[in-house]
Amino acid sequence: MTRSERPVDDAARTAFHRRRRLAGSVFAVVCGAATLVGVVALAVLLADVFADGFRELDVAFLTSFASRFPERAGIKAALAGSIWIVSLTALIAFPLSVAAAIYLEEYAPRSWVTRAIQTNIANLAGVPSIVYGILGLALFVRALGLDRSVISGALTLSLLVMPVIIMAAQEALRAVPSTIREAAYGLGATRWQVVRTQVLPMAMPGILTGTILALSRAVGETAPLIMVGAVGFLAFTPQGLSDSFTVLPLQIYNWVSRPQDEFRALAAAGIIVLLTLLLTMNAVAIILRNRYSSRS
Amino acid sequence: MSTTYDIAIGSEGPALEVRDLSVFYGETKAVDSVSLSVPERGVVALIGPSGCGKTTLLRCFNRMNDLIKAARVDGAVEFGGVDLYDASVDPVEVRRRIGMVFQKPNPFPKSIYDNVAFGPRINGFQGDLDALVEESLRQAALWDEVSDRLGDSAYALSGGQQQRLCIARTLAVKPQIVLMDEPASALDPIATQRIEELIYELKKQYTIVIVTHNMQQAARISDYTAFLYMGKLIEYGPTDAIFTNPREERTEAYVTGRFG
Repeated sequence: MTRSERPVDDAARTAFHRRRRLAGSVFAVVCGAATLVGVVALAVLLADVFADGFRELDVAFLTSFASRFPERAGIKAALAGSIWIVSLTALIAFPLSVAAAIYLEEYAPRSWVTRAIQTNIANLAGVPSIVYGILGLALFVRALGLDRSVISGALTLSLLVMPVIIMAAQEALRAVPSTIREAAYGLGATRWQVVRTQVLPMAMPGILTGTILALSRAVGETAPLIMVGAVGFLAFTPQGLSDSFTVLPLQIYNWVSRPQDEFRALAAAGIIVLLTLLLTMNAVAIILRNRYSSRS
Repeated sequence: MSTTYDIAIGSEGPALEVRDLSVFYGETKAVDSVSLSVPERGVVALIGPSGCGKTTLLRCFNRMNDLIKAARVDGAVEFGGVDLYDASVDPVEVRRRIGMVFQKPNPFPKSIYDNVAFGPRINGFQGDLDALVEESLRQAALWDEVSDRLGDSAYALSGGQQQRLCIARTLAVKPQIVLMDEPASALDPIATQRIEELIYELKKQYTIVIVTHNMQQAARISDYTAFLYMGKLIEYGPTDAIFTNPREERTEAYVTGRFG
């Protein structure tokens, strides 16, 4: 190394290094702070909700129906309604969405029609939920005569979550390496066999994760269900598809809007129940995903 | 027009007869009017610089190009007197009888056993699956290494073992021809040597067409060599002749390492 190739000014170089390292540290701190915003907000919310609602939370709260008297009011109808709605929505939306995603990824010709469908699905995922409520009211409640029932609500929410599940499923299907498809085709597999035996099992963890995220959104929906006639006050649980129903967010809203403090505490307890339901769903998703991953 | 090279074909006739085959990707002509005969029970090597169309040509032999939407094939590939590209031919059946081993080992994310059993299962195999799996793994010289852990994930194997597993998987559906697309290019020299020894054993029973970048490999394992350049078949003949006494100047330039 000759003298002219060496850094001319060692001091300048050191300063440059120090500045560079400082910039790195600052960036890390800023990103860390940004992460904390979400976590702290959630923690504060949870602490507040638990402080208000925890003492209301008991077996009686879970097993009682709504009441004018706060001490007798419970969440049974709303919890049952939410479970009905989300289960039915999953049963309807999951197979339809997965089938649609498989068609779009594995079968559909690369034509303008396919592209148009694809664009539409992406747009539908961004349509406000109240619009789905109006659609549900017009289509299921009125045109199909399903009335203000559990099935109307579930069908409406199915339409709402389908675009999200389809896109998540497509993403998962695309992530399956083409080498796996080729290997299966190379052994004389038909397209259906390739999809059923290789592609779908490999994509399933991703599809399930997307589905549960979409359903979590559905559990928290209120607006479209009000449109299709979920009621705020109900003294029975749905026994069939055509029964009236209420759901947790609606019950919570109903309590929050009352003047008495006791009802606010009930609302907080309702929120705890809703969050528990959500966390349970996420846990189920993780268990399903791990089971699929370990099997493959 | 392409030149057709005569190959000494045994009494059994050619395994594949390629006639005036061209492949287009959109507007690009990847393979240009290639004609050649692949003899039964032997190894044919396809060599040539990157992008010369050798892999594309190989993938025509079991209609894997059908899976690429933009690809279009002209000409004929005759297999047992039938053109593989005839409208009456089912590409799924073609791929069952003409198997393929790929460049990168691509085992399924399943157990070793299930990898080998996959092909027979989807083809409705009725019989002793355990015996077939063992036979296939023995043919691929992998049995001794995995016989006590058939239930383990195929991903637990080394790269070379995975590639032999892929060969076993291909053999399990009893193909007549095995196509290999640079089967050793992702492997280390020792694993490569094992694959080459395996090919040497397999050619007693199977017709093998292999694409390779490695000219020494082509010289070591093949009976016939085809040199492709820019989509055209430049020269095709016995491997000895191609490497020691090529008729074409470009072949000589390539096999002696002057380009490519």
